[in-house]
Amino acid sequence: MLGKFKSPKEKEVPVISTASLPDIVLMLLFFFMVTAVMRETNLLVEQHLPSATQLTKLQDPSLVSHIYIGKPKDTQRFGHTELIQMNDVLVNPRQVPQLITQENQDVTRMTVSLKVDRQSKMGLVSDVKLKLREANARKINYSAVGQR
Amino acid sequence: MAKRTPMEVNAGSMADISFLLLIFFLVTTQIPNEKGLPILLPPKRTEMDNTVKMKQHNILSVLVNSRNELLVEREPLNVGDLQQTTIDFLENRGRDPKSSDSPEKAVVSIKTDRGTSYDTYLRVMDKVQAAYNTLRAKHMGIPLAAYLALDKEKASKAMKDKYEAAKKAYPLRISEAEQSSVGQ
Repeated sequence: MLGKFKSPKEKEVPVISTASLPDIVLMLLFFFMVTAVMRETNLLVEQHLPSATQLTKLQDPSLVSHIYIGKPKDTQRFGHTELIQMNDVLVNPRQVPQLITQENQDVTRMTVSLKVDRQSKMGLVSDVKLKLREANARKINYSAVGQR
Repeated sequence: MAKRTPMEVNAGSMADISFLLLIFFLVTTQIPNEKGLPILLPPKRTEMDNTVKMKQHNILSVLVNSRNELLVEREPLNVGDLQQTTIDFLENRGRDPKSSDSPEKAVVSIKTDRGTSYDTYLRVMDKVQAAYNTLRAKHMGIPLAAYLALDKEKASKAMKDKYEAAKKAYPLRISEAEQSSVGQ
């Protein structure tokens, strides 16, 4: 009788095999590589997007260029007034058409995503809009977040 | 010759290596989830600018001043009520002679000041588009959420036709007037 049952003290904790862990992590990795895109710009301006309800998704991410507008983060260097950022540099409105055409040859098909801080004033935004109209980049998208 | 057993490669550190890679990717990438309000700017101004004459009662004028206050058809209004006002204006169909003749002829004109906050402007834009979207969704016979989620390229043929019909019945006509510059 005693030989058939081991005493509970001798019971071993079963070892969990970690052999499949690399596979799982690699799968996660591939998932992220496929869904995510590289972060290409360092934001130099504040970005708190306003909220809206009638949001639609941007159609083709490869045909989108971004313009960021907001107060600069580094107020010591750039002051407190709102600035425009394209790619990695701060620009003034006059440079916008040139940079837009540089970025994409087919300006009429592309969408410009305006990412404007909610505390900005309309003055600078409409200056940019006027310049975009001049450059024939007419498809605009005001970036916003959904309401919770 | 002695039989050689194949050497075992220790794969225990494989998990650590992949974790490092994974964390690197998590830090350097962002998942694109961009959403926003789409608008189409009018074409570039040309020399031969043929001004279209509009009847005054077909225009819903929305003025926003530098203190973020709204003036709709010369009367102050809350931003929250703008959607219903716009729907009433679009769906008038000639009942009230001071309001629009038909949705096809109606135009919403938005005029802002240089000192208007962007947040207010976007709220106004959102409400006007909400009015149009509600009417279009009603025309198509689907709920508003389904209308917003509709992917125009992947939608079925029947849905696309419906969408085009709704778009034709309620063309989005928002005009943005030149700005005033009072409070900058």
